[in-house]
Amino acid sequence: MEIPGLINYWAVVVLMMAGLYTVVARGNLVKKIIGLNVFQISVFVLYITMGKITGGTAPILAEGIRTYSNPLPHVLILTAIVVGVATTALGLALVVRIQEAYGTIEEDELAEREAEEGA
Amino acid sequence: MRLVEHLPALLVVVPLMAAPVCFVMRRPVAAWGISLLVSWSCLAMAVGLLALVMQGGPISYLLGGWAAPWGIEYRVDALDAFVLVIVAAIGAIVALAAKRSVEHEIPEERRYLFYAMFLLCLCGLLGMAITGDAFNLFVFLEISSLSTYVLVGLGRDRRALTAAFRYLVIGTIGATFYVIGIGLAYMMTGTLNMADLAVRLPDVAHTTTVQAALAFLVIGIGIKMAAFPLHLWLPNAYAYAPSISTAFLAGTATKVSVYVFLRVVLGMFGGTGLLKAAAVPDLLMVIALIGMFVGSAVAIWQADLKRSFAYSSVAQIGYILFGVSLLSTTGLAAGIVHLFNHALMKTAIFLALTAVFMRTGSVRIDALAGIGRRMPLTMVAFLVAGLSLIGVPLTVGFVSKWYLIQAAVEAGVWPAAVLVLLSSLLAVVYVWRVVEVAWFHKATEATMKVTEAPLTVVVPTWVLCAAVVWFGLDATGTMAVARTAASFLSQGIAP
Amino acid sequence: MNETTLVLLAILVPLIGVVPIVLADRLPNLREAFSLITAGLLFAVVFSLWRLVDQGARPEVVVGEMLPGLPIAFSVEPLGMLFALIASFLWIVTTIYAIGYMRGHHEKHQTRFYAFFAVAIASTMGIALAGNMLTLFIFYEALTISTFPLVTHAGTEQAKRAGRLYLGLLLGTSIVFQLLAIIATWIIAGTLTFADGGILAGKASDTVVAVLFAIYVFGIGKIAIMPFHRWLPAAMVAPTPVSALLHAVAVVKAGVFTVVKVTVYVFGVDLLVGIDGAVWLQWLAAFTIIAASIVALTKDNLKARLAYSTISQLSYVVLATAVLAPQSVMGAALHIAAHAFGKITLFFAAGAIMVASHKTEVSQLAGIGRRMPWTMTAFAIGALSMIGVPPTAGFVSKWYILQGALDAGQIVAVATVVISTLLNAGYFLPIVYAAFFRKETADGHHHEHGEAPWPSVLALVVTATGTVILFLAPGAMLELAGAVIGRS
Repeated sequence: MEIPGLINYWAVVVLMMAGLYTVVARGNLVKKIIGLNVFQISVFVLYITMGKITGGTAPILAEGIRTYSNPLPHVLILTAIVVGVATTALGLALVVRIQEAYGTIEEDELAEREAEEGA
Repeated sequence: MRLVEHLPALLVVVPLMAAPVCFVMRRPVAAWGISLLVSWSCLAMAVGLLALVMQGGPISYLLGGWAAPWGIEYRVDALDAFVLVIVAAIGAIVALAAKRSVEHEIPEERRYLFYAMFLLCLCGLLGMAITGDAFNLFVFLEISSLSTYVLVGLGRDRRALTAAFRYLVIGTIGATFYVIGIGLAYMMTGTLNMADLAVRLPDVAHTTTVQAALAFLVIGIGIKMAAFPLHLWLPNAYAYAPSISTAFLAGTATKVSVYVFLRVVLGMFGGTGLLKAAAVPDLLMVIALIGMFVGSAVAIWQADLKRSFAYSSVAQIGYILFGVSLLSTTGLAAGIVHLFNHALMKTAIFLALTAVFMRTGSVRIDALAGIGRRMPLTMVAFLVAGLSLIGVPLTVGFVSKWYLIQAAVEAGVWPAAVLVLLSSLLAVVYVWRVVEVAWFHKATEATMKVTEAPLTVVVPTWVLCAAVVWFGLDATGTMAVARTAASFLSQGIAP
Repeated sequence: MNETTLVLLAILVPLIGVVPIVLADRLPNLREAFSLITAGLLFAVVFSLWRLVDQGARPEVVVGEMLPGLPIAFSVEPLGMLFALIASFLWIVTTIYAIGYMRGHHEKHQTRFYAFFAVAIASTMGIALAGNMLTLFIFYEALTISTFPLVTHAGTEQAKRAGRLYLGLLLGTSIVFQLLAIIATWIIAGTLTFADGGILAGKASDTVVAVLFAIYVFGIGKIAIMPFHRWLPAAMVAPTPVSALLHAVAVVKAGVFTVVKVTVYVFGVDLLVGIDGAVWLQWLAAFTIIAASIVALTKDNLKARLAYSTISQLSYVVLATAVLAPQSVMGAALHIAAHAFGKITLFFAAGAIMVASHKTEVSQLAGIGRRMPWTMTAFAIGALSMIGVPPTAGFVSKWYILQGALDAGQIVAVATVVISTLLNAGYFLPIVYAAFFRKETADGHHHEHGEAPWPSVLALVVTATGTVILFLAPGAMLELAGAVIGRS
């Protein structure tokens, strides 16, 4: 097993699962957003890792250097980070509005209040 | 002629640029005017593109002049152009009806936001359809998704907020799954161009990385298109969003996601042989059939009509996926034509409900008692679209059903054909219960005072109804496009 | 006018007629005048079409392609001509009757009634003249939907329940079975155009053909064959003119007409004979005939009794078709005509009784023949036609059915016809007897009354006369029916 070489990928898996678990298991909406962030960050790590080549340097043409890392995934992930920030911002804005409208951001309490309304 | 060459880029850039303009203007009427102008010019461009593609074959547009597969390529073939027309047409129709409904449902200080988000969403959806780059698709997916969350959250019921939040969480998970899948595929092939991916993936199909990529993509897109059982975000989002948002989203958002499924899962992985090996078609068929029954059955029991027809959408996605799951040209064509047909009829239904909501302040079924006489134009339009959902001849619903059944019988899956037909009987129930209430129940005191909805809402609804009948009477045109698109897709699928 | 125009007019005239009918909403006299004019025009159109067909013309019209390779098309052949003639002629009579009935009964929403009636007739014409199975199916569904508001006309809870059953059974069977069968036919045969000798011969295995035939039969819910018959009694909640024209003539005849069409022009008689594909249908039809007759015996409500009688009579046509002998197929065509005139007379009479005396039950009718002599005489003639006694049309059709069955040696069919004749007599003759020869019972239910309004009486006299004329001068009817089996 080349665990040391794949350590980044193991980190990705752990982060991914931790993030998803938080989204599903936590009732607090802010914690859900945090979980979502962790989940997304695992993907950022995945992309960044796949672009890295052992011994490669930053992709700037220079004398005597033959091995470069692939810059494309890194650039892609810049976009993804922007998207992630936007999602987080929107999510948090919604949480604020929910707090204003319901007076709580706990999922079970929200469900209770909605059930009363629906009846 | 230079402008024509840039049509693919313009189609996306125009709404993208117009959205911030709406945001800056802040005046709702001006914002509405801009979105009307933009959406109709998008429609004109999309129709132009479709005509070009049907005549001269696929169009390739290199963004910034960078050659594919390194640069981002916009690629328009029959399927893309067809989806573009669907999205742009629904957008244009909805923009027409939006003004009065937005005035009714959204407080004045937030109205300009609706139009800005509407245009962003339009941009995202069009972009998803037009791009030939898998990662670029993700960006457009998120543009449309983020604006969709806002469109849902603008609803005046506070439950719209929780619905939007829930949609945001689930939608983001779906989109992230998509990125993971694309990332894994990129790891093995080193390309993000979809056409290039389709060429390179078969060579590395045996690796677990590519297989995992397929799994992530199927789940991710499955969430976005609200395929049963990944549909849980949809009913509340549709039910509590402003009526006009629902009308727009119901006709476009899930449709484009289905398109992404076709493009990515079938288009990219079709040649790998992985689909059959992983029993994707069988799985899809089972899911589609269950979705049809569960969606329709749940729709019958909903008191809130927007919710009811949201569940109906889950069922209708099932019909599309059923056609797709057969992987034959007829099946794919049936699915693709149902994309278009369902967009027409479901938007018509939600526009009619928008009109009802404007006049009665509710879309609970008991609020519609005796409304057939009070709002005859709206409710007859509802009836026409409803008959189409059932699949009555002379409506587009019949065309879809005909080809779905034909595809099923050709593929030799008779029991599935019977199940599809049986499930459409459930549509009779959930449509007809509304008809009964609207025409045969005594008007209550509240409904006695109701008058016909304003023409700006009724006319767009009827335009869609006319299309429902027109393309039901003469389906040769739509079927020709659908067949072209389907045969291209099915050629790429390994036997 | 050329043939093409006539064919299109046959469908368009009643549809266009809807416009003035709706516009004259507030002027009942004018509205009903428009209805009558439309009906008259339609009959004129169909009649001139018949003159052409009589001279051997077989007009074909392709309206346009609906699905790739599948056009909406019309073609006129003898059986459809016969059906169209009957329906359009009886529409005139029914309109006259309806004027008396609807006013006498103070029905609401009369404009809606006349408008949807016209749409239903247009659909019927579409079925009669359809040139392929797709076109037929389109109008078949249109007929179901356009008659729904007529069935639920009263708007009561009972009417709504009946409407649900009506829509559920008719739409359900047609969507699930008929559509499936049509699409399968399209895949197997590559065409849906009706052709002499069928389109399926030699293209599929015997088993497939047999199964397909069964799916067709169950898909045509309008024939009210058991177990899909419940919609017909339920539909009796509709105003009597609807029960009379639509649920004794147009709708149900559209069903049996479709069965004959499918048997003769889609499968071809020879194909089915070769594989004994219709034997089971004989048994099912025989069962329906007997069972429905027995149920009819137990019904005290007059319209319900007539409804079950219709179920049984429809299965005569199905039975005769399923015998697959030339004579009996001709008998089936004849029975479509004969039963139409007889049954519409019976319904007219039932409605007239309802309007004049407010009586709906068989047991209340003692002595009514003296108050309403015209009505009850017509009723008697209709009843005799149902039983199949000369001098009525029912005798002619039964004769051919029996002859065909005997020639083909189909004992089941012969026995069924004989037994059911007795049963028919059993549930109709007592009504006639009581009406003329028993005294009114004194249950406090009476009021002084005479005949129903004159338009209603006129209508039922016309149809009763028609029933007799079809016996005395069956020439045209025999000619058309004979042409169905290729006998000129």
